[in-house]
This record gives sequence, C-alpha cells and structure tokens, in this order.
Amino acid sequence: MATIEVIERSFYAKVLEATPEGERLRLCLECGNCSGICPFGYLMLYPPSRMIAMLRADRFDQLLETDTVWMCVSCYACTAACPSKVPLTPGLMASIKEELLLAGNVPDELQAALQNSQRYGNPQGESPRKRADWTLGIQPEVKLLAKVKQPVDVLWFVGDYASYHPRVQLATKALARVLNALGVDFGILGPEEWSDGDSQRLAGERGLFEVLAEKNGKAFGKYQFNRIITTDPHAYNAIKNEYPALGISYPVQHYTEFLAERMDQLKPLLKQEVKVKATYHDPCYLGRANGIFEQPRALLQAIPGMELVEMTHNHMNSLCCGGGGGGMWLDGFQWEKAHVRLSEWRVREAISAGAEFLAVACPYETPRFEDAAKTVQGAGELKVRDIAELLAESMGV
Amino acid sequence: MNIIVLAKLVPDLVEELTIDPGGAALDLTFARWIINEFDDHAIEQGILLKERGGGTVTVLVPDLDGADDVLFTAAAKGADRLIKLGGDFNGVNNHALARAFAAVVKELQADLILTGVQAHDDLDGSAGPLLAECLQMPYVGYVSGVSINDGKSLLRKEYPGGLLAEMEVTTPAVLGIQAAEQPPRYVAVSKVRQAMKTSSIEEQDASSLDPCGGPTVGRMFQPEAAAHATMIAGSPDEVADKLVDLFKELGVL
Repeated sequence: MATIEVIERSFYAKVLEATPEGERLRLCLECGNCSGICPFGYLMLYPPSRMIAMLRADRFDQLLETDTVWMCVSCYACTAACPSKVPLTPGLMASIKEELLLAGNVPDELQAALQNSQRYGNPQGESPRKRADWTLGIQPEVKLLAKVKQPVDVLWFVGDYASYHPRVQLATKALARVLNALGVDFGILGPEEWSDGDSQRLAGERGLFEVLAEKNGKAFGKYQFNRIITTDPHAYNAIKNEYPALGISYPVQHYTEFLAERMDQLKPLLKQEVKVKATYHDPCYLGRANGIFEQPRALLQAIPGMELVEMTHNHMNSLCCGGGGGGMWLDGFQWEKAHVRLSEWRVREAISAGAEFLAVACPYETPRFEDAAKTVQGAGELKVRDIAELLAESMGV
Repeated sequence: MNIIVLAKLVPDLVEELTIDPGGAALDLTFARWIINEFDDHAIEQGILLKERGGGTVTVLVPDLDGADDVLFTAAAKGADRLIKLGGDFNGVNNHALARAFAAVVKELQADLILTGVQAHDDLDGSAGPLLAECLQMPYVGYVSGVSINDGKSLLRKEYPGGLLAEMEVTTPAVLGIQAAEQPPRYVAVSKVRQAMKTSSIEEQDASSLDPCGGPTVGRMFQPEAAAHATMIAGSPDEVADKLVDLFKELGVL
C-alpha cells in the first residue's frame, strides 16, 4: 500500500508540475460531465471522472494497466465542461499518459512519431533540411532568417504539417501569398524550426516537449522580430501558454487573429466572389482552449459571396477532428478500438448544415476531413479549405 | 551473464546520399549518423536477456556524431556499461571495424556478443561473422530469439522461406540479431536525460583501423534511370483519353 501512496503522491506532484492549476484535481465533484462529453469516453475503461475516483480509492496501479487512455484526443471538451474547473486535459490526462509512457505502455504508432520528433524535429520523420522546401516558387521570396540576417516584423512559425504535408502545403503557400499581398514583413526559421511539441506534450512526452521548446527558444533568440504568428493552433497554444514557463516569452498570434486585425487593409483586396455556403470548424486549440472564435468567422464573412452557416456543434461546443493529443499518430490504434473516426462525425455535421465548403484553420484538419469526406456517404462534393486558401482565392493571389 | 552489444552507426537515409568528388565513396561531410536498425534490435535483445536472467549489458559504439545519444538511450533502457571507441571511423569498412571491436571485446570476458545481422552500408559482408573470426568464436546469424538455461544458449534462427530452426550454441559466441523478441522499446526523453546525469561513457581508442580483406570500390554511383517509363502529360481528361488509346493499342481494352 505504501508504494501506491508514494506513486499517488508523485502523481499529484506530476499533475501540479504539468499545470499550475493541478491542485484543483482535489475539487472534483464526481459529476461525470467530463466523461459524458468526451467524444471517446464511452470506450475508455477509465474516463476522467472514473480515473479521479480510482485515484481517490488508492487504485492508481490499475490505471496503468489500461490502454484506453490513448483514446484521449486532448480536445478540451472535458476541461470546458468541468464545473470545478479541473485542468483535466493538460493536467490529469497528459500526466496519466506520461505515466503510461514511462511504464513503456505506448502504442507503436505513437512511439514512431515521438522518436521522429526527437530525432528530426517533426513527427513525420522528414528531413529537417527540407523544412523550407515548400517556399519554392513563392514570389516575393519567403525570407529565411538565417539567410537574410536582418530584422523582420513577423516571425512566422510554420509548423510540422504546414511545412511537410503535401495537402497542407497548399494552404501554407496560400498564406504566404496572402501575407505578401498585404505587404507583411515576415520571415521563417526553416531548418532551424523544430516541432512546437504541444501535441507530444499532451500525448505524455513532457521531456520531449521541453527539448523541442528549448531548441525553438534558442532559434528565436538568434533573430530580431516583433511578434510570432503561427499556422498551427497547437503551436500557438504552446508558444502562448507553455513556452513562457520555460523562459521563452514572445508575443504570439494565430494567423487568423493577425489577419483579422488587418481587416481594413484586407477587405479591399477580397475582390473575387466565392459564392458558396460554408461552415467553419473551430479547432480545439484555437477555440475551446484559447477563446478565439470570432476572428476566423470575421475573415470568412469578409469574403464576398460567402454564406456562413453553423454546424450543430460550434464555438465552445465544437467537435474535435480527432488529431490532437497524439491522435494524429494513433489512427490505427483508435480505429481498432472505435471503428469510427471523429472526423467523419464532423463531416456528417457539415453536410447536415447544408455546407458546400468546410472551412478550417488548423493544419491537422484539411487532410483529416478530406479523408473523412471520401468515406462518408453524401460527402463526395464537400470541399475542405483552409481559411488562408479561401482568402487567397478571393484575393486572386 | 556478461552480454556485449556492438552497435554501428550508419548514414541516415532520411537525408539524400551524395557521392564524393572521387566517385568511389559516399560524401560523408554532411551525413547524419543513426544507429543501424538491426543493432537497435541487438540492444533490445540484450536488455531482455538481462531482465530475464540477470547479468550486465555493455554497449560499444564507434565514435561518430550521435554516438553519445545511442549510448545514453541504451543506458536509459537498462544497459550497465557504455563504451565509445575512438578513431576516425568515417567510411571505414567492416573488416577494420571488426578488428577494432575485437581488440576491445577480448578484454571484456564476454559470454554473448550481440550485433545486428546486417547494415545498409555493409559493402564487405556483415560485421558479426568478421568479428567472430577475429575472436575465434562461433557465429550464428539471423537470430530472432535467445534463451539461456543452465549456461546454454538456445537460439531461434530464421531461414529463407519461413523456416525456423532452434539450435544450441556454446558460449562465448557472436550472434547476428535479425529481430529482438519485441520491438525496441521507447524510452521517455526525461529518462534519457536522467541517464546522461547518472551514467558515464568510457572512451577507448581503437588501436588501429585495418581495412585489409575488404573489396576496393572502383566506382560508386546513384541508380541510373533507364528509359522504360513513358510519362503522359496533359490535363486529367487528356491523360485519360491517351491512356484509353494506349490500352486499346495494347489490346487490353
């Protein structure tokens, strides 16, 4: 029993280390909201509230024997629904995943992504030297900070999927063209940029997150810029909320925030009509985790001809695409357990809302929803577009 | 049981390989080194043997970029002793490597020496049998399972065509590991960082690097594309039309 108590005490310490609000774990009312709202809660042997009950009953060791915790996609739905404001996603769930990881209970797919992140700085295992290859052909040329050796206004933290994924690169290029059209003075780190590490952290690899953050911090420190913008809401979340505790502190905006601030300048450039019915999917780490709901919608509404409709789940109540918290790297594992995909659920909602376009603002989402649209009946015509792509289309750039 | 694992570092194929200006070797100026995949399995098998039957695991690697990471990761998995072999290992062949490893291993009183069965840069045979020859020990390759009972090593060896053999080997012996009994485990970065603080790397110098016995490379070159494929250009519709014509021409439509 003593050992369990020791483990349990160290587990509380771990939750506290993961988030300053960790102490609130003790305030759980056992209302069960978290387990009910969790998109995969029905598959978890120990969804959040039961997990806390097990902790209180001194049965921590039983938690370590299960693998259904890996169904958690860190979507923040539980955290948002908790009346006691327990930091369930970054505290409880990330910490329990860390315990499983330390005990060697890691699905193979996730292991590969973590090893790749460690070695290559991206979960896909792509060559770090090719991180800026997507910039080829963009005019004016995208500035590589190591090359231009001059201060820029904006450091654009491009991110893993936006840099390497062939589909997401289309959105990345579109954003580069939009920034160029607006005359934004920006530069990128290219091969000096490492994965932001946020999804690795939420998948339980805190040590890896710290290593990646330190490498990015070192790269930031080499250059002069006024602010950081990110393509990826996960990178935004990491740099805004997690990096400062590691001594890496810079003003940061998601690109939708940055562009919405320049609406006066942007609007006259949005000349071409995009006459479609579109719906917007709130990414978990932009909306629920960071409260950015209106800027992406304002950008879409500024596009002439576009009609914006809402899906049943929207804003705070948005559904997850299934990619967060390691979900991007657990597709096979989660499919085996669930035989459904969260992205398919979302695509069905977009269809029922009557949308022709599903607009997104996170690099995880375009490939996930496009894949889902291929398998969901009646979704064959649904187009998935990043907001940056829609803006570029309307601007004719 | 005193288990020694020899791990090679090989150029990481995530980066493109280039040929050096001499045209007979790889240009290793910007190579990134990575542990040979089969050697990673050899480390895992060594750790599994230790976990099951006790003993110590010593990991030995040549001093190339990344050697420290390989060693500390092995320590985080459970290796007891870490040795880095100093010398200019850039582009050395397996004959030289086996001789250098053998000189060190002789002093270690090994019961079992594990190494990967092959590596993608083996131009002169794999390192395992060469090492066994230097040490005058038996060698068994393509091993995918090891158990030790009463001082006897029982091996599972894979043959082509899905055949498996079980055989006993007298120790000390050198084993070429095809696959560990479980995939190499993941160790959290925090554990590796801890290993960096608590374990130390012994450095030993390779007495000499003698490549004698290996082949001399006359020319090394990138695969040359032969003109067997026809690329059909045009819009998707045009391409489809041309394809249909082509299929008709070939009599498949």
